[in-house]
Amino acid sequence: MSAAAARIVGARKSFGDREVLRGIDLEIEPGTVTVILGPSGSGKSTLLRAVNHLEKLDEGYVVVDGELIGVRLVGDRLKELGERQILRQRARIGFVFQNFNLFPHLTVLENVIEAPVSTGLLPKAAARARALDLLAQVGLSEKTDAFPRQLSGGQQQRVAIARALALDPQLVLFDEPTSALDPELVGEVLAVIRRLADSGRTLVVVTHEIGFARDVADHVVFLDDGVIVEQGPPGEVLVAPQHPRTRDFLARVL
Amino acid sequence: MTTASLRSRAAAVLDIPPAAVSRRVQPLRHPWQWVATAVVIVLALNLGQTLFTNPAWEWSRVGHWFASPAIFTGLTVTLEATAISAVLSFAGGIVIALCRQSRNRVLQGAAWLYIWVFRSVPLILVLIFLYNLGNLYPKIGIGIPFGPQLQVPTTNVLSDLTLGVVGLSLLESAYAAEVVRAGLLAVDHGQHEAAKALGIPRGRQFTRIVLPQALRSIVPAYVNQIIGLLKSSSLLFYVSVLDLFGVVQNLQSTYPSDIIPLLVVATVWYLILTSAVSIVQHFVERFYNRGQRGIR
Repeated sequence: MSAAAARIVGARKSFGDREVLRGIDLEIEPGTVTVILGPSGSGKSTLLRAVNHLEKLDEGYVVVDGELIGVRLVGDRLKELGERQILRQRARIGFVFQNFNLFPHLTVLENVIEAPVSTGLLPKAAARARALDLLAQVGLSEKTDAFPRQLSGGQQQRVAIARALALDPQLVLFDEPTSALDPELVGEVLAVIRRLADSGRTLVVVTHEIGFARDVADHVVFLDDGVIVEQGPPGEVLVAPQHPRTRDFLARVL
Repeated sequence: MTTASLRSRAAAVLDIPPAAVSRRVQPLRHPWQWVATAVVIVLALNLGQTLFTNPAWEWSRVGHWFASPAIFTGLTVTLEATAISAVLSFAGGIVIALCRQSRNRVLQGAAWLYIWVFRSVPLILVLIFLYNLGNLYPKIGIGIPFGPQLQVPTTNVLSDLTLGVVGLSLLESAYAAEVVRAGLLAVDHGQHEAAKALGIPRGRQFTRIVLPQALRSIVPAYVNQIIGLLKSSSLLFYVSVLDLFGVVQNLQSTYPSDIIPLLVVATVWYLILTSAVSIVQHFVERFYNRGQRGIR
């Protein structure tokens, strides 16, 4: 399977009276790293979560690898898919949470094996072999039998990344993967994501790490108040921002 | 400035003799604890003495009845009724709790109504109601309203023990539902999201991810319920089930001189049973605390 392309078209979403996404169109090229920046409350997490249908859009749609996500077209309307189909689609999209959300009652190895085994993607022995390989890649071969609570935040997040990769997704979404970490642990997690970027998968990363965006991103998207204010290569958006709101934001975080 | 000169300056300001600085700080004394201890010991000795000196306890008769076949039959019935009700109630509790959390308003309402009714009504009333169910509905069955029905006579289906178990389970499910619901709510929302994001099938999300974590808080609470259930099962005597308490009551009317020793026998057996449940609880809790003993 080659890296997946994703496309978001006309995305709109409200929570009560508050419109969080106000018509977003975004093209994500296969095999690229897209970094989404923006002040808190700008809708970046909601947008990311809409890509694997953890958040339902009010209007608009998401296409991953040529397939509508979470909905199907019936006549001239989009209708939500059944839960089983949505789960099957999600299994092909990796998702890494800000708070790791590892399963605390399962060991590191069990955390990584759970999805491929329970979705029937791999038999147990193969899932185990793959999990050990992934844990070695994120530098945690020694911790396979540890429980999540026994690990540092950075180690937990690396397990979470291995867990997301266990299903061999061609698109991986990161929702502020380093925001819950102590400053000295941020580097180890970013290093893992950086290596992942070279693996040919398509990555979409919501983050506040401007340095990471500059070094790793192919495409930077700046979101504010539910709309894309500016987007382009990091050399343009981060170095010579055109929009005053982007400039303002970068001045504050740098 | 040297340590020594700092110390002497501080001591001079607060007027503390230099010797006090290097002596161990004396902990607070609790004289009243000694008084309380003495009172408890005196009371305990008094009670202990009467246990042996008062002939009315009739310890030899306690020994006679303690492991008698009649008591064992009662014990079996108590255990049977408690165990079956505990399992049925837990299963029922899970179903009712899931209904309460459902998005379907009718299921939500039905679950709420069930809990409301069966938490409000005393067990003895439900038991006697069921006992007289034959008068209310001579036949019970299931079918389409105003359509074909499948029916059997009520008294055939419900033996006294079955009826007792049904009564216990009806009430206990309502409590179990609340215990299960609290446990499910205690599971972090992120766990549901992670399971969804990984595409884990829905049933497996519940059995493998959510329920094991919920059980951590469900088990201790539910074991307390089981202990309550064990004791409530003594009320089955009133619908002619001869459980431990029922057997004791029967023996008392046959052997009126043994009333006290028989009560002692029942007390000791209930103590043993509840202690056994607590020991099992300890091990079950340890199992479900897997992963909780972190080093952070």
